[in-house]
Amino acid sequence: MNEAPNLSYIKELSAGSEEFEEKIIGLLKREFPEEKNEFLNNYNSSVFKAAAENVHKLKHKIGMLGFEDGYQTTIAFEEGLLKGEYSLFSKFMLILDSIDEFLKNL
Amino acid sequence: MNCIIIDDEEAARLIIGQLCTQVDDLDVIEEFPNAIQAIKFLNKESIDLIFLDIHMPDFTGFDFIQTLKNPPKIILTTSDKNFALEAFEYECIVDYLIKPVTLPRFLKAIQKAESTPALDVAASSSSTGEAKGTGSEENDLYINIDRRLIKIDIPTINVIEAKGDYILIKTEKQNYTVHSTLKKIEEKLPEDVFLKVHRSYVINFKKIIDIEDNSVLIAKDVIPVSRSKRPELMRRLNLL
Repeated sequence: MNEAPNLSYIKELSAGSEEFEEKIIGLLKREFPEEKNEFLNNYNSSVFKAAAENVHKLKHKIGMLGFEDGYQTTIAFEEGLLKGEYSLFSKFMLILDSIDEFLKNL
Repeated sequence: MNCIIIDDEEAARLIIGQLCTQVDDLDVIEEFPNAIQAIKFLNKESIDLIFLDIHMPDFTGFDFIQTLKNPPKIILTTSDKNFALEAFEYECIVDYLIKPVTLPRFLKAIQKAESTPALDVAASSSSTGEAKGTGSEENDLYINIDRRLIKIDIPTINVIEAKGDYILIKTEKQNYTVHSTLKKIEEKLPEDVFLKVHRSYVINFKKIIDIEDNSVLIAKDVIPVSRSKRPELMRRLNLL
């Protein structure tokens, strides 16, 4: 995976508003780990429709953190889950893990 | 322009709200995490523009649009490109934004919204201070079935029958079973058109085909009339 999470989009959007940056980063730090865990629980329990819903929600956050190829992978993984195709799981997990690590260090 | 944001995702509401701060004369009046809360708001307030998420649990953005009799301009916000075709079926949808929404793309959507004329008088009634769709409130009834709000045109209701904890609403086209009581629905219906003729039946007075001693015929249903309700029924008839 060549991409790494970044705050470019959030910085651009904030137009210098620290209040907005704090709010959105706080939200990501709070919600992302919960949504990742929920996804893993559903995936490991083979509840793939619910897992696809989780991926759908995570997709926006992945895009917000600057992933472009990763965003496309997420779209393909979400669609795959609904068709019984799971080959992108490892690639998707690499994205989630890198975001996890990134948010922990913010 | 004033606007509201409907999205189940807090981050998405925060982002659209932030983008709105970068446009002059665009005021966010309210934000909603689901469509049902927004419908209640729109029954009382009139707005110019809605930022609407499509993919929401229980009640999608498209379900929401279908409940609006005179929808204002709508900009869809979604992470899913697959709905673009469906979006073109709605005249009120002025643009379709893919998340994460960038500022240049957002500004383009606002320009489109500004240059699109309002769909009708009711949709733009904020400038006159009129409440949205007064007629809609009089004629429409929303019922909750499987966590979806379905609109019923009140004049099309034939009969309502009590069935334990539920009521069966029979309309000209379709029947609906709803968890409610006759008393509750009676309060929502116009008194001059609907009449309780039996402890288990409320009828649309205008749909009576004929009346026999203890019953009325409405569509194909024979509805019993209790002895105590018969005088009121007879009083209302335009007898020759």
